[in-house]
Amino acid sequence: MGQRNGIEVEDLVREFRKGPRAVDGISLTVDPGEVYGFLGPNGAGKSTTVLMLTTLLPPTSGTARVAGYDIVREGPQVRASIGAALQEAALDPFLTGRDHLRLQAALHGLSRAERKKRGDELLERVGLSEAGDRRVRGYSGGMKRRLDLALALVHRPSILFLDEPTTGLDPQSRSALWAEVSRLARDEGVTVFLTTQYLEEADVLADRVGIIDEGRIVAEDTPEALKAEIGRPSVEATPMEPEQRSAVVKVLSRFGEEIPSQPGAVAVRLDRGDLADVVRALDAEDLKVSNLRLDEPSLNDVFLEKTGRSLEGEGEEAQT
Amino acid sequence: MGPSLLTQVAAIAQRSVLRTARQPAVVVSALLFPMMFFSINAYGLDAAARIPGFPADTYMDFAFAFPLIQASLFGAITAGADLARDIESGFFDRLSLTPMRPVALLLGMLAGIVALGLLQGVVFLTVGVMMGVDVRSGLAGMVVIVVLMVLVALGFGGLGAILALRTGSVEAVESAFPLFFVAIFMSSINLPRDLIEADWFRFVATINPISYLVEGIRSLVITGWDAQALLLGFGCAAGIIVLALGGAAASLRTRVA
Repeated sequence: MGQRNGIEVEDLVREFRKGPRAVDGISLTVDPGEVYGFLGPNGAGKSTTVLMLTTLLPPTSGTARVAGYDIVREGPQVRASIGAALQEAALDPFLTGRDHLRLQAALHGLSRAERKKRGDELLERVGLSEAGDRRVRGYSGGMKRRLDLALALVHRPSILFLDEPTTGLDPQSRSALWAEVSRLARDEGVTVFLTTQYLEEADVLADRVGIIDEGRIVAEDTPEALKAEIGRPSVEATPMEPEQRSAVVKVLSRFGEEIPSQPGAVAVRLDRGDLADVVRALDAEDLKVSNLRLDEPSLNDVFLEKTGRSLEGEGEEAQT
Repeated sequence: MGPSLLTQVAAIAQRSVLRTARQPAVVVSALLFPMMFFSINAYGLDAAARIPGFPADTYMDFAFAFPLIQASLFGAITAGADLARDIESGFFDRLSLTPMRPVALLLGMLAGIVALGLLQGVVFLTVGVMMGVDVRSGLAGMVVIVVLMVLVALGFGGLGAILALRTGSVEAVESAFPLFFVAIFMSSINLPRDLIEADWFRFVATINPISYLVEGIRSLVITGWDAQALLLGFGCAAGIIVLALGGAAASLRTRVA
């Protein structure tokens, strides 16, 4: 028997006819109350995993227990325990926000009085009280996403699946959603399984991150541990005089291997010494820089190390 | 304990009715087009009533079944397309993630069809009588006409649901509309079967269950109370309902499995 609000996945596989293995034998465990970030580029298998864990798509092989229930044999129990906001905020343009909440609450068996109370409470929580009686076809993308989250919370689920919840949102809406997800995990003990292609999102929200690429988990740990695995920070210097660039390269090369940098700048991964040593070395050679920056390793560095590709910029691309 | 089936059906039906009511274009076309076709047929083909052996005094009385059957078809295609749209948009998945019983989705959708069918039946009868249609079976017959029309709408609605659930495509459901329309025309909708001259057409009209739905409704207008026509009409409607809803329920099980 799995944990009441945990997730246990073992060798989960999903093959599509005439297609590749979208999910290729993933295993993972999400502890109760944990925010698990599932990070990967478009087409990596994130959404297929969510569809299987929410019982909307049967796995080809492997097993998974959500809230202690088997996703294949105990679908109704799984569905009663979870809330989900899938990749597309599937809403009816002719219904109002309040209509949606009322429908969802009725289908979950809330009494008539509870439906109204819960609807008002959730509209307030996601900042849609004013817009609650307007038809959804007039909502912005951010409003739809917030309503989607409210709908997933109607029945107070113990596990929440969020499939790329902030894709396409403006920074303000994104921050508001992050705050709400953090609050749910912290104050209500909700387990959150969150897929994202935004590095910052995984870094800010997730207690642990699983990096998925081509259907396989290539790394999994806390964001800090994953970055520590890369270990070394990088230093980027922009010479004051462009003609001094080669001299700056020469100096920085003493501290580590050169890595890609901003145009006109020089960057190295620090193998020896620290920022103060770099400053002293540049000063000793009388080289002036207009900008000097120390960067701690990012999740993108982890992704780059594990897959040989960069994840940065993926989030801006169209969904597939 | 989970929510009752009745609560779930009521919630889905309420959504279905709200959706339709908030799309005035759908309501207006569902009411306007069948009556427009009826008016054109009734006045344009009025001379047909003078054919020897024609069973009605006016072609208008004879043709009154047409808008009722056509309206049922409109309602069914609209509901089927709505269901397919829900599947395409992911709204169906949203509903599937609740403890909703699959049958509640079907019954709720059909409740919406019944509501639209009732509205259409009452409006058409009112307008028809105002235009001069003489319903021989009187007020009680009008009630039976609406009941039979709603049953026809339920049967067609079940067929629309099968298409939606099997294909999950709005285009596929809407492209079936001409086929249904042809099926209506290949019945006794425009002429009594015994006056159809072409043997093949008469044969097709005789084996086409829509003929018996039409003749059941028509008998209440032009004859009065014709037990045989009503039995055949209600029998065919019940048969279509059983087959269509059975098929729709099986398709639903496959989709939510």
